[in-house]
Amino acid sequence: VYQVFESVAKKYDVMNDSMTLGIHRVWKDILVHKMNPSPGTLLLDVAGGTGDIAFRFINYVRSVRERQLQRKLRHHQNLSWQEIAESYQEDKSKSLGDSQVVVCDINKEMLKVGKQKAQYLGYSEGLSWVLGNAEELPFDDDKFDVYTIAFGIRNVTRIDLALQEAYRVLKPGGRFLCLEFSQVSNSLLSRLYDLYSFQVIPVLGEVIAGDWKSYQYLVESIRRFPPQEEFKAMIEDAGFFKVDYQNLNSGIVAIHSGFKL
Amino acid sequence: GTARLSRAEPRAGDGRSEEEEEEEVKEEGCYQLYPGHIPTSPLQKALLAAGSAAMALYDPYRHDMVAVLGETTGCLALPNLRDKMKHHPEGYRILQERPRIRLSTLDMARLRGLPDGTLGREYVRFLEDNKVSPDTRMPPKFVDDEELAYVIQRYREVHDLMHTLLGMPTNMLGEVVVKWFEAVQTGLPMCVLGAVFGPVRLSARKLQVLATELVPWAVRSGRNASCILNVYYEQRWEQPVESLREEIGIFPPP
Repeated sequence: VYQVFESVAKKYDVMNDSMTLGIHRVWKDILVHKMNPSPGTLLLDVAGGTGDIAFRFINYVRSVRERQLQRKLRHHQNLSWQEIAESYQEDKSKSLGDSQVVVCDINKEMLKVGKQKAQYLGYSEGLSWVLGNAEELPFDDDKFDVYTIAFGIRNVTRIDLALQEAYRVLKPGGRFLCLEFSQVSNSLLSRLYDLYSFQVIPVLGEVIAGDWKSYQYLVESIRRFPPQEEFKAMIEDAGFFKVDYQNLNSGIVAIHSGFKL
Repeated sequence: GTARLSRAEPRAGDGRSEEEEEEEVKEEGCYQLYPGHIPTSPLQKALLAAGSAAMALYDPYRHDMVAVLGETTGCLALPNLRDKMKHHPEGYRILQERPRIRLSTLDMARLRGLPDGTLGREYVRFLEDNKVSPDTRMPPKFVDDEELAYVIQRYREVHDLMHTLLGMPTNMLGEVVVKWFEAVQTGLPMCVLGAVFGPVRLSARKLQVLATELVPWAVRSGRNASCILNVYYEQRWEQPVESLREEIGIFPPP
């Protein structure tokens, strides 16, 4: 799996857009909206490689923070000029409101691409990049408010271990969120989806990234991943409560959610 | 289990060929005919052909796309070439012995030591002047016949020798001229497309030279020459380039 992602890292984002016709952006937006993070949240994004979830998290938290500040200003309309100006200084240094996201990935190349993207897009504060294995996270217990893994868990050899690690590093009350390809129930859609996956995606891989084999692997790994209910049971086995899932696009993708209580 | 589409794989247009060396297994995945072979369905080949053509035009440095285009569109031309080789004594020997042109198989020191004007000496000079190596040729992936895969591999490896025989450098202009020659010689759609679309990126002055002198010469030579794949180059390093040109039927370069 490591070598697959080494060659895949640079063209990862281009391939994602081509394969999903840009829809993966919507899926990731939905994930962060579902998360509904408030300023001050500490997020761990595992297999977060090129930073898609991390950047969305930061944008979301920033806009929530801005709204908070605007509300505060409205209440302060009876203050003097100086007092208002002083409160700007204080708030400016906390544009994220102490929110932080740690992006953890097993692959150096993916992290490198992520860091470059962050620089290019102008993200600086609130981001940390850590090399780590989902099956054995380099973090202490009870640390994070939210744990996300988007399109990463199907590449993990021992999914149960990854789920256990997720449970361990989350604070009590913390939330587990997983965005992943899942099983399509509608049989017509399923046939079209299979056709597209097996016929078109490896071709896209060859033409865009010069790499047929990695994308053939990708399509096969999607088929091998457990269906929604089975995965839900696995999450429950790791100790999570209130485990639920939400199908997107009839099950092409699903968001599983669970809480550590 | 994985849901794979089963399809009857058409033998690449060679209904006439009696030599069915391989067992035709109808299951994808158990179908690797040679190392590096990726079996593909007709739909995939069509998509690959279109995609690689578009990408090759968009980014001319994607030599791998040119290679893929050649493989996916060569289903008529390749058997044709193979048959030409089979019916020629030297070509037949090449098909039997399957020589490969690679830095590991070439004795560069010996070739460099040959007298000026010989094929070996001029070939090495060409490689060094243009800073190219025979090892950068892509191995075939999408050709569904092991022998045809060798034919296209041989075509690729002989390409640099074409440059040497035609006296063309590896800049855009030189490549286009060689493509015209190869298009006439092989009939590979990839060569034809390369010959027609290659000039798009050339300046007007170069286009003029191309159109008035180089292309007509390349086409005439291509037509006049015997099949270039039927020459056992590895056994002719000592032969003077001019004599080989005459033998094959390539007119002297302008």
